[in-house]
Amino acid sequence: MAVTHTDSRLPSAEEILEPSPAAKLRRRMLGHVGITLGGGVFLVIVAMALLAPWIAPHDPYLQDLAHRLIPPIWHEKGTWEHVLGTDQFGRDYLSRIIYGARISLLIGIAAMLISGIIGTAMGVVAGYFGGRIDMAITFVITTRLAMPVILIALAVVALIGSSLQIVILVLGFLIWDRFAVVMRSATQQVRNLDYVAAAQAAGCSTLRIILTEIMPNVVNSLIVVATVEVAHAVILEAALSFLGLGVQPPLPSWGLMISEGKGLMFFLPWVIAIPGTALFLLILSVNMLGDGMRDVTAPENRN
Amino acid sequence: MSAVIAEKEPVTALETVDVRKTYHVGRGIFSGGRALHAVNGVSLRVQEGSVLGLVGESGCGKTTLAKMLLGLETPTSGEIRVLGEAVGSFDRKRMARRVQPIFQDPYSSLNPRKSISSIISLPLRVHGLGDRAEVARRVAEIMELVGLPRRMAECYPSQLSGGQRQRVAVARALIMKPEVVICDEPTSALDVSVQAQILNLLQDLRTELGLTYIVISHNLAVVEHIATEVAVMYLGRIVERADTRTLFRDPKHPYTKALLASVLTPEPGLGVPDTRLGLAFPNPVDPPSGCTFHPRCAEVLEKCPREAPQMRVVDRTEVECHLYN
Amino acid sequence: MSILTVENLSVDIPLAGGVLHPVRDISFSVEAGKTLAIVGESGCGKSLTSLAIMELLPTAATRSATRLDFAGQSLLSLSERRMSDIRGDRMSMIFQDPMTSLNPAYPIGDQLEESLLRHRKVTRREARDRAVYLLEKVGITAAESRLGQYPHQLSGGLRQRVMIAMGLMCGPELIIADEPTTALDVTIQAQILLLLADLQKEFGMALILITHDLGVVARVADRVAVMYAGQIVETGTAEQVFREPTHPYTRGLLECIPIPGKTAPGSPLGSIPGIVPSLIGELHGCSFRDRCELAHEACAVPEIIPMRELDARRGYRCVLDPRSMAGEIAEAGLQ
Repeated sequence: MAVTHTDSRLPSAEEILEPSPAAKLRRRMLGHVGITLGGGVFLVIVAMALLAPWIAPHDPYLQDLAHRLIPPIWHEKGTWEHVLGTDQFGRDYLSRIIYGARISLLIGIAAMLISGIIGTAMGVVAGYFGGRIDMAITFVITTRLAMPVILIALAVVALIGSSLQIVILVLGFLIWDRFAVVMRSATQQVRNLDYVAAAQAAGCSTLRIILTEIMPNVVNSLIVVATVEVAHAVILEAALSFLGLGVQPPLPSWGLMISEGKGLMFFLPWVIAIPGTALFLLILSVNMLGDGMRDVTAPENRN
Repeated sequence: MSAVIAEKEPVTALETVDVRKTYHVGRGIFSGGRALHAVNGVSLRVQEGSVLGLVGESGCGKTTLAKMLLGLETPTSGEIRVLGEAVGSFDRKRMARRVQPIFQDPYSSLNPRKSISSIISLPLRVHGLGDRAEVARRVAEIMELVGLPRRMAECYPSQLSGGQRQRVAVARALIMKPEVVICDEPTSALDVSVQAQILNLLQDLRTELGLTYIVISHNLAVVEHIATEVAVMYLGRIVERADTRTLFRDPKHPYTKALLASVLTPEPGLGVPDTRLGLAFPNPVDPPSGCTFHPRCAEVLEKCPREAPQMRVVDRTEVECHLYN
Repeated sequence: MSILTVENLSVDIPLAGGVLHPVRDISFSVEAGKTLAIVGESGCGKSLTSLAIMELLPTAATRSATRLDFAGQSLLSLSERRMSDIRGDRMSMIFQDPMTSLNPAYPIGDQLEESLLRHRKVTRREARDRAVYLLEKVGITAAESRLGQYPHQLSGGLRQRVMIAMGLMCGPELIIADEPTTALDVTIQAQILLLLADLQKEFGMALILITHDLGVVARVADRVAVMYAGQIVETGTAEQVFREPTHPYTRGLLECIPIPGKTAPGSPLGSIPGIVPSLIGELHGCSFRDRCELAHEACAVPEIIPMRELDARRGYRCVLDPRSMAGEIAEAGLQ
């Protein structure tokens, strides 16, 4: 039986150059500035949100009308009692920022999960089955793309009323379009590869193929879109809250804090600047993380 | 039908009866699109233990035919029988135990995110054949059979060379001990030195495991080497079929002659032959009338554009050509 | 009389795991009007060689050579501007996959004309006429009406003909064709090769044909250079290399290929066990020694094995001389 073993004393190019895909990914990730920096800031914010009850110096809802609008520590009138000052109701700003992180992250991640499930399911189904199913789903996506998100959100909220849960649901059901488009495209690229045909020929059911053959190969794109949509949801919530139709006071949403402080914009800029900076840092870090994920995973896909 | 291939006690491993596959291109919500007859009436009979070489160029329908034989596409009309049993539509799981594929591109036929043992054992797991230990044992067994070192079981495809990947594809195809293996250009994407290894492997496994192959290839030298009989396809139909020796020694159809003339063997001083085929490349959506080959045929007759030729048996060959009517 | 002379061409690419040496001390020359085939399997460095000559290597790669003369002029120290004047004009390249080497966004007429307009002071009208002339020369009928077509509207064979026409627009003295027919059907391949041979005779061009297909090489080439692991391991005329292959790798390759009528059907084909070694870091001795049946200790010396001259312009890279090679082959029971 002429079976030739393919070992060689001289190391082959593959053996030197190619560690496993997971090892490669890890190495790339740690070397990428966007991921380490963006990821680092993001983790700080997440830690802040999770540890809020222990690290916030005061109760974010506690009003103290005797000590309203105390400026932050870098002003001459600032005190260490209230490091970032107090707002117009005397509530400690630092505590509100810390608890506000919870709201932004909760909304960002929850909306991303809902829209992710909807959009991915639609995109993968459209990409996998093609034909009339694809046409129908593409029509739905196109319709959704034609709608202005903010106006729809405003309309819904104006009709139903607004709360944290409603904001999450509204956003989740509106921002799935990018998931759908990207996952559809990614699925199409993978769909016609021979290993999918081999799995079909082995008798795999369609569901199994989608979950075990296709999904692992499109998950890179999914992660990138997910990070982008977290940022997207956070910004939208801030906008809605700013317009008064998002989270309702007294919740310490950063967007709401900006809204409440807009009257003081020219006199006491820090009232807006502080939550604004917090929002900026969160969105920047998430975007950097997303860009980094894309850079790191993209060349690996192109074999 | 096949009085040509006479063996003692022939068992038909695979048979197709006037199989057709039509696609509709340019289909929108409102228009039905135009018909593309990818496979336009193919009747084949492959005996157990033989190797059928299916040759033809791009657009001839051989890949579509292969997909139907694997159960990946349903024929628009006609029947496919494996070991005498007719295969109904979407009987994929049953087909899977009988017919398995080896694809051309070793880089796209293995899932880059799965380990080698996971790839090879997939058919077993899908059919629930054996527990974990049994599956592992069979994977080790088949890896040894195809010449893959054991330590590769936990590697990923990106860590393997093209030849090694193709061995993985062979292992995956054979782990369920199918009757028929459809090899779609099994060596075209490999280097010459590796091609030979894989071809030798395929030949050895055929005798050892009693397999039947259908080898789709545009490389006639390879086909001549491993096939017992050859069928030539053009625009969805089989235009000539004979055992290998007869076809290569005495080709009948002008297209077959052109194909054979195009084989460039590594023999110096022979130059490049003129196939006299002309440039009139056929459009499969709008095929020529009568005999679809007539615009490119060097021996075209007057009746060729008018009338499609019938299949005739001439000197141990089945051929569809007016030259032999 | 040689239009291109290359001596000791090397390409180095620094990688995370070390320096990769995909091309190592390549030397060859091409005569005006003749065809040189550089043949080898994947990873042997043949494509990088052609890119190195045209100065089209990726930025990370460095090229070095003791001599790189084109039509008497050294290319080694040319500025990018002067090099791009020569590229496309006097030395042009045809790539493997016409779908990715033709820009899908522009009609073929535009792409053809652009090649000429870039290098010569001609009017649009003159460029158009030349494009039509060449399209007809490559066998595309009704060329004038085709100028407005886009690449995706043409079949693979037609696209490759357009690529060839594009390569000829400025009347180059040398064409480098990298796997020009690999992506095509066999019948189209034969037509394209015949076409290239005719055009070569008519325009007096030299051709460097890079391919892994030994059949194509045997039928088309005047001279052959066999590459393995970044080095040339055998050179000679096509007649010499194919009738009397000397280097064990060349012999091994030829034994792998079934020849209808000559190889017994069903018999095991010769094969070369093992895989190509890594080209990273320090390399020494013969790169083929792990896969060679005639290997012995002399093959693993610290120096690089030099080319052994059999004859004028006929050589192979091996420690064994022809007589002991014949002896060893007989001993090993080969042949």
